[in-house]
Amino acid sequence: MKTLVWVEHDNASVKDATLSVVTAAAQLGEVHLLVAGSGCAAVAEAAKGIAGVGKVHLADDAAYANALAENVAPLIAGLMADHDAFLAPATTTGKNIAPRVAALLDVAQISDILSVEGPKTFTRPIYAGNAIATVESTDAKLVITVRGTAFAKADATGGAGSVEAVAAGADSGLSSFVGSEIAKSERPELTSAKVIVSGGRALKDADTFQATIFPLADKLGAAVGASRAAVDAGYVPNDYQVGQTGKIVAPEVYVAVGISGAIQHLAGMKDSKTIIAINKDEDAPIFQVADLGLVADLFNAVPELTGKL
Amino acid sequence: MKALVCVKRVIDYNVKPRVKSDGTGVDLANVKMSMNPFDEIAVEEAIRLKEKGVVTEIVAVSVGPAKAQETLRTALAMGADRAVLVQVDDGVDVEPLAVAKIIKGVVGEEAPGLIITGKQAIDDDSNQVGQMLAALLGRPQGTFANEVTVEGDSVVVKREIDGGLETVKLALPAVVTTDLRLNEPRYASLPNIMKAKSKPLATKSPADYGVDIAPRLKTLKVAEPAVRSAGIKVADVDALVAKVKELGIA
Repeated sequence: MKTLVWVEHDNASVKDATLSVVTAAAQLGEVHLLVAGSGCAAVAEAAKGIAGVGKVHLADDAAYANALAENVAPLIAGLMADHDAFLAPATTTGKNIAPRVAALLDVAQISDILSVEGPKTFTRPIYAGNAIATVESTDAKLVITVRGTAFAKADATGGAGSVEAVAAGADSGLSSFVGSEIAKSERPELTSAKVIVSGGRALKDADTFQATIFPLADKLGAAVGASRAAVDAGYVPNDYQVGQTGKIVAPEVYVAVGISGAIQHLAGMKDSKTIIAINKDEDAPIFQVADLGLVADLFNAVPELTGKL
Repeated sequence: MKALVCVKRVIDYNVKPRVKSDGTGVDLANVKMSMNPFDEIAVEEAIRLKEKGVVTEIVAVSVGPAKAQETLRTALAMGADRAVLVQVDDGVDVEPLAVAKIIKGVVGEEAPGLIITGKQAIDDDSNQVGQMLAALLGRPQGTFANEVTVEGDSVVVKREIDGGLETVKLALPAVVTTDLRLNEPRYASLPNIMKAKSKPLATKSPADYGVDIAPRLKTLKVAEPAVRSAGIKVADVDALVAKVKELGIA
């Protein structure tokens, strides 16, 4: 089987999310990559070095600069004449593009796979991760998004792929990119961090959140996450949200501070290796999944913990 | 401009789903069902656009069993003007691709300027219908919308993306899928719930739109996720510090 993997990048470097998808694709067959962007030749050069990669298709055109689905999906659908499966990471970019590709090919899409069970059989979470479905595709071609935390990352080096330019299609003219507001952070990226410290509604306000959670995160070299309640209350921007509708994470250690543990939050973090919960309510559902729990007032416990580490 | 909103009847988000012991699916018998939370946000956004004078009529559509009428009545009570139920037999799950094809048929009849759907349904967690619909219609998509502004013959959508926010401008007609922070949906008041009972609700079938709803994916098995082994509670911060140091992260 020939697979085509969407390379997630910022027109300068390959993003980590791509590496997990390569691992999933390699379980299906020959791995080809697609680098679509503008002025992104360096990305293709880096991508061909990923272990296990064969051909890298490079579509370098202004129309692809911001990965607009209206422009990128027809390009991918065209390349699928020569591939059996399209795989993208289940990031906001992948989730935006892949279903559009699937509909153009008239095939079902399989979202957020956790494992490859056979050439056309996969597992995926449903009902906020409260059930795991094993599904088999009956379509001729596969379109799949991959949960990054469920697959090991392929080696970013050691591969010997070759780059081949792909002719760009026309700009659809249906959509245009206006601008973006990307949150700047010195901390590790949430979805690839080894340690995450997350705060919930109990943190009271943005200043208290900063003053309580950030020092602990700094001490642990951790990324900072948040529950929906904390985001809705404006303590942190929404790209900090961990959960069914936010980011799905599976770090080595997840520290949940002042988070009750609603179904929707657990959906985003319950595959973490070790879960530590600090909450003053000893009946909070978070303690049912926590490996280590401390029943205490976080305003005393967290600064004390930060101080003693 | 007419707005079409797509709503789905799903298990209530507060209910913890139970997997059937025979592994065929999730037990939905006698479980509380509600409108998918993202779809409530879609309905609310359409109503707000109507209140601003941008939208003139709101049509709510659902693909589902007869009971999905209740979900459509909820949309009508919130402020939608009319509803269309594309009815399927009880217990039949229609996959996102087939739903998108059916809604394409409804779009053909209604010719809305804006189509608003939730970004994902909390039961199958697919996050596909809006994108597929846009593809089938050959129209642009504004997924994971955080802010929607109609400007003349285009719509400006601020989208929630992994690193922050992104703004795109789409030519109308367009498909927009809602993210959590787009708005806070209103509650239907009792008088509006009563009024909604007399609003028009048409019932159709997938065959009316020439759509085959046979599944493309075979569900071989549905299982409980791995259960985490019980953890321990530590007495104080010192004990926690010791454990954290054992983990080797500090």
